[in-house]
Amino acid sequence: MTLRGPSFAFLRRTTVLARAEVLHVVRDRATLAQIVMLPIIQLLVLSNATTFTIRETPVWVVDRDQSTESRGLVDRLGASGYFRIEGASMSGEPANEAMLRGDATLVLTIPTDFARDITRTGSAPVHFDVNAEKGAAAGVVQSYASQIVAAYARELEMERRPRQSLVRDVPSGMQAPTTTGGHIEAVARSWYNPALNYKHFMVPGILVALVSMIGTLVTAQNIAREKEMGTIEQLNVTPITRAEFIAAKLLPFWVLALLDLALGLAVGHLVFGVPIRGSLLLLFASAGVYLVVALGIGLFISTMVETQQQAMFVTFFLLMIYLLMGGLFTPIDSMPRWVQLLSELNPIRHFATIMRRILMKGAGLDDIARPLGILALYATLILTVAIRRYRKQTA
Amino acid sequence: MSALSGLLRKEVYHILRDRRTLTVLVLLPVVQVILFGYSIRTDVSDVRLAIVDPAPDATTLALRDRFTASGVFRIVAVLRSERELDALFRTDTAQVAIEFEPGFAERVARGETARLLVIGDATEPNSGTARQSYVTAVVQQYESEQAGHRGGIRILPEARARFNPTRASANLFVPGLMALVLMIISALMTALSLTREKETGTLEALLVSPLRPWQIIVGKVAPYLVIGFVSVLLVLLEARLVFHVPIRGSVTLLLAEGVLFILVALALGILISARTSSQRVAMMTAMLATMLPTQILSGFVFPLESMPMPLQWLANLVPAKWFVLIARGIMLKGVGITYLWQETLVLVVMALVLMTAASRSFSARLQ
Repeated sequence: MTLRGPSFAFLRRTTVLARAEVLHVVRDRATLAQIVMLPIIQLLVLSNATTFTIRETPVWVVDRDQSTESRGLVDRLGASGYFRIEGASMSGEPANEAMLRGDATLVLTIPTDFARDITRTGSAPVHFDVNAEKGAAAGVVQSYASQIVAAYARELEMERRPRQSLVRDVPSGMQAPTTTGGHIEAVARSWYNPALNYKHFMVPGILVALVSMIGTLVTAQNIAREKEMGTIEQLNVTPITRAEFIAAKLLPFWVLALLDLALGLAVGHLVFGVPIRGSLLLLFASAGVYLVVALGIGLFISTMVETQQQAMFVTFFLLMIYLLMGGLFTPIDSMPRWVQLLSELNPIRHFATIMRRILMKGAGLDDIARPLGILALYATLILTVAIRRYRKQTA
Repeated sequence: MSALSGLLRKEVYHILRDRRTLTVLVLLPVVQVILFGYSIRTDVSDVRLAIVDPAPDATTLALRDRFTASGVFRIVAVLRSERELDALFRTDTAQVAIEFEPGFAERVARGETARLLVIGDATEPNSGTARQSYVTAVVQQYESEQAGHRGGIRILPEARARFNPTRASANLFVPGLMALVLMIISALMTALSLTREKETGTLEALLVSPLRPWQIIVGKVAPYLVIGFVSVLLVLLEARLVFHVPIRGSVTLLLAEGVLFILVALALGILISARTSSQRVAMMTAMLATMLPTQILSGFVFPLESMPMPLQWLANLVPAKWFVLIARGIMLKGVGITYLWQETLVLVVMALVLMTAASRSFSARLQ
């Protein structure tokens, strides 16, 4: 077994430098804390905080009808678990006050003649005022409330059906005879997340954000620090080549980020019950490819900046765009078409897709081939560009 | 006083000379407004629908037409069995699927119940269920049209979105965005700029100069106060011009509350810098103590009401939560100080406590 000289030297120098880097990281409590604490805090806080689930939304009721039917509706709302009756009044003024103070998110107004209209015409209006200040939650509140109202209407109908069926058979003549009595029943099934647990959606996203932060921020900061302190000049006069330097710098963080992912995944799985339906090997292999992109971006940033402060700012700025447009917290499908197209350039988007598909849907290699291919392409591109720039700048 | 103005001039030079940071500082709010304006949306449109129809007949075909005609759905695949469905979901080719049972039209004709399965990809639960209810609505409408003469009871909810009738997301995030920008500029930048002086040892030089400690702090902090104020103006202007965000209440009150919030953020920044020794530690502390809470626990993107109780209590300690309440109150509800005095008081108390703590730990370092 003979090792050719240069490649052996490459390996040896890289390992030595990488070892120095690992020692630096382990000795520097700030970095270590950043790498160990951040994931745990992020997971515990974020997964609980980033939810759009509705519970106990305060409702103010203006029941102008005060009938059995109107009270029934208020009871259904209060009993649903999604709403809490904060207060009730006969006029709209206290309701308006409550909303301005922020004490009520929803005002339900039941007009007079509600019961009479239902009995006579079978149809009656109610009014919802949603505090749209609450954003996305307001939409969810409104749709939940509408569902409860619809369910209540069906309930009333069931109660009255025996009586109604007597008068129902008025021939309409318009209808084709084939469709008279039939009923279509729509049954809803929620695949991949039957309990509709928001955390199962969020945790994979948070893990993506996490490894991106570690990968990009720590790398950019680390090299910028060497620049700021002048130690990069010392390294430049050693026989170490650029490629060796970069490999040695990136390798420890690549491993650390993967360890972080494993740690976060374990916490997510054990604490939050996030499913792992697909292959873990595939997941970590994809993460490995993605991390090359993330680290490459960090390296690229470090070639553009002079100080740690700048490194942090530029990284933060870029990551923020990536994270927001990556579909981590809000679905990409709801964004305008041009934003969706633009987000194809976003590596975080592809990695988040891969994570969710593997974890939640049990996807295999052919299901993630497209995003993974794109990531591999970006990895090659960014690494080439970053190394080029690094050479040019320090040569 | 001339010493102070000298320090101020030095600080301004520092900021102006560092073009990259300055660019990011100026670009940050401008880009953020655009990003948030387009990224935080939850409307359901262009839903990719798959159909599982083992035995197509008149009714299932009619229903399929309904989905195409609704404008919300796009049929991406028509399958014979459920088996191939999983693969479509796994690649996100389909987002929701309906599965008819065989002999659908026949059952309807015989007056039996024809079953139809609405299968949604609930990976993201909210849009998942929203899509399912859109499907159900189309089916129900079809059914009620077909059986038009059957008069069921209907309660028609009329919904009004108060304070933001168009539900434009820009109206909601601009207040939170102002808080975030102010935190980045005032707390993070201040903390970094002070710790850098420490790290490079130049703070000692400043300390032995005739400048008094408070003058050093004012000199370091004042430029960021100005930058912070300017960015708030920028954000407001852009929000107004691009997204037509309303300011229904008093602009003066809004700007005054902005200054109050800047003071809180600056005090936080000074406190962090006094307690830390390197830029990296300062940066991490600032991220954990200011940026993350401002983004997550201010109610700016994620509703506080949905969070577990401990997080809701924790959110009370986050200055941005109170500022977002105030700014939304002024901008969207058009209310004045009579409704907002409690929130304002909380911010005033926070500012006082933080400033006292900051000046304590800063002067403790001097001894």
